Amino acid sequence: MAVPTVESPRSGRVSPGYSRTRSSRGNFEMGAWLFMRLSGVVLVVMIFVHLWTSLVAGDGISQVDFGFVAGKWASPIWQAWDLVLLWLAMLHGTNGVRTIINDYAEKNSTRMWLKGVLYTATVVIILLGTLVIFTFDPCPVIDGVAHVASYCPTA
Amino acid sequence: MSTPTIEKEPASKVELPAGVGGGEIPSFDITLKVRRYNPEVSDEAHWDEWQLTMYGTDRVLDALHKVKWEHDGSVSFRRSCAHGVCGSDAMRINGRNRLACKTLLKDLDTSKPILVEPIKGLPVEKDLIVDMEPFFQSYREIMPFLITKGHEPTRERLQSAEDRERYDDTTKCILCAACTSSCPVFWTDGQYFGPAAIVNAHRFIFDSRDDAGDMRLEILNDKEGVWRCRTTFNCSEACPRGIQVTKAISEVKQAILTRKI
Repeated sequence: MAVPTVESPRSGRVSPGYSRTRSSRGNFEMGAWLFMRLSGVVLVVMIFVHLWTSLVAGDGISQVDFGFVAGKWASPIWQAWDLVLLWLAMLHGTNGVRTIINDYAEKNSTRMWLKGVLYTATVVIILLGTLVIFTFDPCPVIDGVAHVASYCPTA
Repeated sequence: MSTPTIEKEPASKVELPAGVGGGEIPSFDITLKVRRYNPEVSDEAHWDEWQLTMYGTDRVLDALHKVKWEHDGSVSFRRSCAHGVCGSDAMRINGRNRLACKTLLKDLDTSKPILVEPIKGLPVEKDLIVDMEPFFQSYREIMPFLITKGHEPTRERLQSAEDRERYDDTTKCILCAACTSSCPVFWTDGQYFGPAAIVNAHRFIFDSRDDAGDMRLEILNDKEGVWRCRTTFNCSEACPRGIQVTKAISEVKQAILTRKI
């Protein structure tokens, strides 16, 4: 007569929800972690310079208008500054929200959808922002009508 | 010359007259609320409550014993040594992960009910008993044993006091799961390796006699590895052995980084 074997109570039986299905080696998460720290340090400096030049220096908050932005972007230094600021802030923020989604979304499908929305928004905003920084025209001519501000060269 | 010895009863055998010696242990009344769950009866968990008279030297575990032995024998919990060494009785006491055998009742707010729940993030099997297998699965994955290269030495493997000191803190782990089940990242989906596995990897990664540090670092460089740590310090706060868990995790992060760059 075969002796029924009693299985040991738990040999390797892990509730399916807990087993890591695929191990993703590669350094993406490490890179993301490092990027958060480095970009964070750079952003603190850049954001405060940005705030100071816009809101404190000169006439302060009352100076900020279409013309002020136009004047700033006439200089390639500020163009580069704002470009770096835009990209770093967007990527830093996106990565932050990505980790929040990873931490709080419980289902993989929810995660995928939320991240899809996030990445789409990020790409659109980064591309639009970059486009505006480089193609910004302070004195546009629309339908033959020149929208001339006081600082535009009069034709 | 020898000193004369006087035959004396050992102190433990001397009867003390009333009023001499240790004072009366203060007693107080508590309300113990235990989160009960029995899948054979109901899928819903509920709270049971008992009024108990306990003493100043009593721990939460003593209160649970009193309930089990005198009031309701069906209350289920794990405990083995009952003295903070085996790590069996980690539970959520008043919302914090503690060992029931190391938490004195007098240190808790006895004017309110004392809430006892199973640790979070692991499947509850009955009352305060959870399925620890996912926890041990992560523990096994980091290879918690000495791995060496080369020939077996004929003598013991010697180590300097400084080298031993390097990982001293992480040798204290008793695998009670208080840290891992206090981690909000682990609560989400249980995929994160968890503080306990990283602490035990740290114990070998920084051991000068071990040669598999790189392998362990590679394992913890996973998507669910050390980078999911958000340094919330819940684990350090929960550890009944006082291990600086978050510090150990950052040291592993740093080791991975310096190895890669």
